[in-house]
Amino acid sequence: MPIEVLMPALSPTMEKGNLAKWLKKEGDAIKSGDVIAEIETDKATMEVEAVDEGTLARIVVPEGTQDVAVNSVIAVLAGDGEDAASVEAPKAKAPAPAATPAAEARPAEAPQKEAPAAAVAPQPKVAADPDLPPGTEMVTMTMREALRDAMAEEMRRDEAVFVMGEEVAEYQGAYKVTQGLLQEFGARRVIDTPITEHGFAGLGVGAALAGLKPVVEFMTFNFAMQAIDQIINSAAKTLYMSGGQMGCQIVFRGPNGAAARVAAQHSQDYSAWYSHVPGLKVVTPSNAADAKGLLKAAIRDPNPVIFLENEILYGHSSPVPKLPDYVVPIGKARIAREGGDVTIVAWSMGMVYALKAAEELAKEGIEAEVIDLRTLRPMDTETIIASVRKTGRAVTVEEGWKQSGVGAEIAACIMEQAFDYLDAPVARVACKDVPMPYAANLEKLALPSVAEVVEAAKSVSYR
Amino acid sequence: MAVANNKKSPAEAKTADAKSAAGKSVAGKSDDTLSKDFGKDRELQAYHDMLLIRRFEEKAGQMYGMGLIGGFCHLYIGQEAVVVGMQMALKDGDQLITGYRDHGHMLACGMDPKGVMAELTGRRSGYSHGKGGSMHMFSVSKGFYGGHGIVGAQVPLGTGLAFANRYRGNDHVCLTYFGDGAANQGQVYESFNMAELWKLPVVYVIENNRYAMGTAVDRASAQTDFSKRGASFSIPGEQVDGMDVRAVKAAGDKAVAWCRAGKGPYILEMLTYRYRGHSMSDPAKYRTREEVEKVRTGQDPIDQARARILQKKFATEDDLKKVDATVRGVVNEAAEFATNDPEPDASELYTDVYRESV
Repeated sequence: MPIEVLMPALSPTMEKGNLAKWLKKEGDAIKSGDVIAEIETDKATMEVEAVDEGTLARIVVPEGTQDVAVNSVIAVLAGDGEDAASVEAPKAKAPAPAATPAAEARPAEAPQKEAPAAAVAPQPKVAADPDLPPGTEMVTMTMREALRDAMAEEMRRDEAVFVMGEEVAEYQGAYKVTQGLLQEFGARRVIDTPITEHGFAGLGVGAALAGLKPVVEFMTFNFAMQAIDQIINSAAKTLYMSGGQMGCQIVFRGPNGAAARVAAQHSQDYSAWYSHVPGLKVVTPSNAADAKGLLKAAIRDPNPVIFLENEILYGHSSPVPKLPDYVVPIGKARIAREGGDVTIVAWSMGMVYALKAAEELAKEGIEAEVIDLRTLRPMDTETIIASVRKTGRAVTVEEGWKQSGVGAEIAACIMEQAFDYLDAPVARVACKDVPMPYAANLEKLALPSVAEVVEAAKSVSYR
Repeated sequence: MAVANNKKSPAEAKTADAKSAAGKSVAGKSDDTLSKDFGKDRELQAYHDMLLIRRFEEKAGQMYGMGLIGGFCHLYIGQEAVVVGMQMALKDGDQLITGYRDHGHMLACGMDPKGVMAELTGRRSGYSHGKGGSMHMFSVSKGFYGGHGIVGAQVPLGTGLAFANRYRGNDHVCLTYFGDGAANQGQVYESFNMAELWKLPVVYVIENNRYAMGTAVDRASAQTDFSKRGASFSIPGEQVDGMDVRAVKAAGDKAVAWCRAGKGPYILEMLTYRYRGHSMSDPAKYRTREEVEKVRTGQDPIDQARARILQKKFATEDDLKKVDATVRGVVNEAAEFATNDPEPDASELYTDVYRESV
């Protein structure tokens, strides 16, 4: 059987090209890999290599021919044992007209995909918080202690869990969140890393691909900018790119957002950044009980989880149920305060502003319903929408910037799903649109405040 | 578009240097010693495995030209001896990971050519169900951890795979492949530091094919001897004639033994050459045709193996023709399969974003 040599495409968009030059002539022996011709497009000149072996029996398209359509026959090879002289040029299959639309000429586009109408994004089903057995003792502890206890409990439970990061072991944690872990679990499982965020984040992801369950601490999420490629391109996308073959069970945790007086490079809120990315889960607790229950859930979750803590909240104390295994499901918001006049949606440090604002508003006769989102992805929009349908008004509070922020996402969801219930446009309270200043007065101005939340709630209430 | 260099390029000079360097020292072994360690079975297996990669890649190039394969497609033609030789140094349970020029690695570790080709064509029976493509394929059962599209990102990942081996206390080794281009990424050195600090069992295999896309090594690298790139971390390294599968295997054995013995990482710089452009749309104007031709005719890894096999009478011309025919059959079958396999079902769009919690 004579072998047809086709005009190749040099790129997915190429439809035709010029046959610039033949480097072999009829009668020449051709070996696989030989350069037989040169073709030109508007972008480049490329060599055509033979894939098959044989004798060049016929040159169908002479050199100098312009606008040769991709996939048309440009030459014919005689195979092993065939007489090159007797091979006919395939007249019937003369070069397809160059004007042929690519869709017809290119086999790859032949199996046209039906519109993916059948594909519907799945809605996550999330369990409610565990019911506390009657008489459960509550222990008051700081968020710092709650986080430490969560890690210790999970490390006792599962040998594959280990903690790594800068100063997590001998120094006991830059913010003392890993206090005591080295003493209990040893240097094999509590690992001080060099200052090398990109490297150890990637190393952690590699360990997770191999089936371990790393908890990677960033001293702050500001430094995780060095590692964000590994978090997103390697951790978040591998399950999908592998067709479900290879998961990545890993927690990236550390303080996020503004601390106090550390200026622009150490005071950024990454809530919006990570919650943008499918494949990641993003958790942001505001109190000790949630911190403990959610971190335990995060460590057990088979997906990469971004666990955003807050330096100021580390020292805040609140009651935590004294139970052997207190786990709070990821993906469920919590109504922190019930009210019927206005919905305030917040998370992490924003909850401090929101709850104080609710007290202020109550004094003026406005009962705010405060929702602690707790998880930013997957987002519990059901709880938000149910509340807005009741109150008809909503305010979001965040320490991130307004543009493309989490508040913008919440506002869009409310607009899409509860438009007819709204009595006022959604108001957003956010960080001012500037890098964080150092001066005390300017920093205060840049950050959201209780007063701003109160004012926003009043304005959507037309008060 | 870069203009072809008329004068003898530095890269060309290097190719010649590399050859002579390889001639005098290949993992410290003479040609005779290499042959003694690499007998008939190895030669025939290497010939088959390298030829499979060559023919597979030629077919992939052809199918790309026909529009059956989309996007980026980086061919491994010319570099076959590297993965085939290194694979011979591994045992079951060892791991490998690489960048986006990955088809050769997948075939070398025994992944099914049909599944690989079907992934290239974006079909449902591809290794990633058509959701990964040329640069993103995986096979846990073969120890292949990808297939990574970000230059250099696989280096910390491979170091992490080695970390897992050490954490579990087994003696498995991870081969972490990257190119001369990736060797200039910062995360490579972050990984070197941790790997030596924690004595992780990882062999860094630097495939120096002389060009990072269109940039010759000496235009991008202050230190072009990549085997020395671990020197400041005290990681041993050596240059290997990456066109001679025997030399690769010998160096691989040594490096893997080093890692298994708990001595930490090892660097192997493979002096190799890519015949084709960086990707399909690269006209390769940054080097001369003569330069390519010289390597192709003088150093081709498959021709070398073929010549040795015939000279030592391990097989006859006819025997090798049968191997060629078998390989062609496998490749044609893969191409046929990958052309006819359906595209993924629309419902696959939303699968595999998250794993269900247990």
